Amino acid sequence: MWKVLSAALLFSVVLGAQSAKYGAGRAPSAEEIRALGPTVGPDGRGLPPGSGTAKQGREVFAARCARCHGDKALGDVGPALVGGKGSLATAKPVKTVGSFWPYATSVWDYVNRAMPFDKPGSLTHSEVYSAVAFLLHLNGIAGETEVMDAKSLARVRMPNRDGFVPDGRPDVKR
Amino acid sequence: MRLGAVLGSGLAARGEEPRSLGTPLSAYGERSPFVKPVRTMRQTKTPEAGSSATPLADTYGIITPSSLHYERHHAGVPNIDPARHRLVIHGMVERPLILTMDDIRRLPSVSRIHFLECGGNSGGEWQAKNQPDVQRSYGLASCSEWTGVPLRLLLEEAGVKAGAKWLIAEGADACKMQRSVPLAPELDYALLAYGQNGEPLRPSQGFPLRLLTPGWEGNVQVKWLQRLLVTDQPHMTRDETSKYSDLMPDGKARIFSLPLEAKSVVTFPSGGQTLPGPGLYEVTGLAWTGKGLVTRVELTFDGGASWVEARMDEPRFPRAFVRFRMPWRWDGKPVVMASRATDETGYVQPTREQLVAARGMNSGYHFNGIKLWRVGADGVVTNVEGA
Repeated sequence: MWKVLSAALLFSVVLGAQSAKYGAGRAPSAEEIRALGPTVGPDGRGLPPGSGTAKQGREVFAARCARCHGDKALGDVGPALVGGKGSLATAKPVKTVGSFWPYATSVWDYVNRAMPFDKPGSLTHSEVYSAVAFLLHLNGIAGETEVMDAKSLARVRMPNRDGFVPDGRPDVKR
Repeated sequence: MRLGAVLGSGLAARGEEPRSLGTPLSAYGERSPFVKPVRTMRQTKTPEAGSSATPLADTYGIITPSSLHYERHHAGVPNIDPARHRLVIHGMVERPLILTMDDIRRLPSVSRIHFLECGGNSGGEWQAKNQPDVQRSYGLASCSEWTGVPLRLLLEEAGVKAGAKWLIAEGADACKMQRSVPLAPELDYALLAYGQNGEPLRPSQGFPLRLLTPGWEGNVQVKWLQRLLVTDQPHMTRDETSKYSDLMPDGKARIFSLPLEAKSVVTFPSGGQTLPGPGLYEVTGLAWTGKGLVTRVELTFDGGASWVEARMDEPRFPRAFVRFRMPWRWDGKPVVMASRATDETGYVQPTREQLVAARGMNSGYHFNGIKLWRVGADGVVTNVEGA
């Protein structure tokens, strides 16, 4: 889908300039880049080592997530993370990880960078894999003992993978 | 002539009433205690993740005071020491870079006036649950003079490799907020901004450094910018997939719907205000477009049946607020009034009905419909539910 968007690129940056004009800054060390933490593409690029199953994730969720999202992830202070299947084209769409999110890699990335809300960054990478495995399991996308890691998570096909289309504006008929 | 000069007056001997001194010099200015407008926000259990709206009807001209600029945060406002802040540019570049704020401020810079608008501004209007005033319905938009280094300059310093198509921009807030930014023509206007209205960015606007992509929705203009990863694919982050995408009636959601289309709103008279009686007023408001210049603003006083052109303040800047005005003599009869903007692409701000016909009622974001206000015979200005 985003390939369509990219076809129209005209941004006038000079590609691959041989030398820097101003010589601003310096080269970062590998450690300085690593210290920023993982950033994850939809093909799984950037997913770090670690692993977890829904079974393990049940405990992580109960301890770290349920307070806001509810015991069954049906939502409380935080949004519902399960359900909504088949609702997107209705008058009352319910957008959840199961019904709406197109990539499991995005769920891992978001949980890792932003959750739990009051203490982001406090989960280990394996706890994040476990919590995501549990959410996938609750949504009927992964089995309870299925191991989620950098390879298997990138292979998960989310139900709404094909649910996104390019911007159609301007779209108002006069 | 003062009173003391009036011959035969009893006051002559006494002179003027004595006056007390005003407050002394101060190191940092405050507004008059008689001036009260503030940002509005919803009650929430998580005030670190939410929005506060600019009181647009209480601003003059096109610049929003920095203290009243709308806010949208996802994990609170970080307190960043600029001496410790770093921007890393890496990925598909010839020369990965790490820059201090001093490094960035030494580079050639520009100052430009641009609006910012949240992609969710006016989102309540989709469901016709119209808010009672302009602040709560259109107030997630503000306009500032921004100062910074052109994004292009730093990308050329790093040397973008062939095949690169996206930037992954990341903030240094608690959630390390991240968005994928297409390397599209609109980035010619993009800045790495460190200044706002003559001073460093306010913390709530990304101090010490933010991405500014004029004309695009606010969410992509990542604050507290600490990383630009140059790559060949979008990362499909939470905020560009599950949020800020526009759900259509067929269940498909539009993604990377970044440009903000032409929009305007009458700020006087507007909801919550009361006209004291018939007579002369200046109708005024704000117009903007992410697609360049606003070329025309029209006003209706009969609910949209007929339109007359308003005067726009000059100079106008592309991707900035435009202030429009028109003298108006109110005869005391009920009136339904509104503004509509046209931009340099020929696009005309649509009605809510036209938007709903195109996108249904559940798309949530990017509402730019005409906003009608009803002035009652009693002078009270209210919303026009669903009109």
